[in-house]
Amino acid sequence: MSMINYASREINCKIVYYGPGLCGKTTNLEYIYEKVAPNTRGKLISLATETERTLFFDFLPVDLGAIRGFKTRFHLYTVPGQVYYNASRKLILKGVDGVVFVADSQVERLDANIESMHNLYENLAEYGLDLREIPFVIQYNKRDLPNISSLQELESQLNPNRVPYYEAVGVRGIGVFDTLKAVSKLVIKALS
Amino acid sequence: MAGGASSWSFEERDVQRIDRLLQGFLFDSNARCTLLVDRTGQLVTTAGEKPDFDTTAFASLAAADFSANDQLASMIGENEFSSLFHQGEKESMYLADVARRVILVVLFDNRTTLGMIRIKTKGVVRELAEIFREMFERSATAPAARMETGFAEEAEDEIDRLFGDL
Repeated sequence: MSMINYASREINCKIVYYGPGLCGKTTNLEYIYEKVAPNTRGKLISLATETERTLFFDFLPVDLGAIRGFKTRFHLYTVPGQVYYNASRKLILKGVDGVVFVADSQVERLDANIESMHNLYENLAEYGLDLREIPFVIQYNKRDLPNISSLQELESQLNPNRVPYYEAVGVRGIGVFDTLKAVSKLVIKALS
Repeated sequence: MAGGASSWSFEERDVQRIDRLLQGFLFDSNARCTLLVDRTGQLVTTAGEKPDFDTTAFASLAAADFSANDQLASMIGENEFSSLFHQGEKESMYLADVARRVILVVLFDNRTTLGMIRIKTKGVVRELAEIFREMFERSATAPAARMETGFAEEAEDEIDRLFGDL
């Protein structure tokens, strides 16, 4: 639910990074925070536990600047990936304009990815949203690790609707901006 | 917008009406400033003393705070907590629900009292709710807000420029 404020000439869009625990959602936001020009981003807010696991969400606003006189801004959020934080996860999806699903490519995390994807469908359905109809991309993360599923396997298990996907190594920033560019363009397209 | 998520939009006259109301409220209650935050975490407007903190981050946290408390309310069998109060040593804040879509955040210090804030908030929330209901009805019946032609192209170029080589 993007909010267009004609009075202050602002558009804010909400993009949520979703996925199982430890798949690299926070790492994506940290890399974006580190790399974008400081004058185009706000503070990175992390509500995390003492062991740096996301407890509620991370939040990073990124300014696109004025487009046709409208100050355009993306609000990037992550959700807590651990299964038992579902109540918090659902809250963060409220008013979402675009979703990035960050999958952990390691073979032993395939089931966790599938479970998290089902959970995403369910939680969106509670807001009357269908993942097939909103801006959505998938990021296959941790492609540098030795024990990973093939792209074909991941695609067949996680991407039946063939949405755009990107291979990534979040800790090194590979694929992070490709993913962000893709989802933000889809969100912008949906506005016009 | 496409995809079933409902957008809503503010016009100049909405903001003027809201601002007049909030200015009146600040005068009556002696609060320092107010922020209106939508439930998804976006700042709608502020009135009173200009906040010297990051209002974007503040809005996202205030919405999360309110939503989390909503869930706590339902767990103990309440429909909602229509207001929340956080007390600090010098500064305190009072949050109140407006028409289930927006949160009024009032920041105040020892120039006033919680009782006064509570009483004055009740009135202003009623009037704000009326304005927002009208706005939502208008948004629901009007065709979805669209940006002018050329907006998407220009935004995409800007996305490439900003994120292109990173």
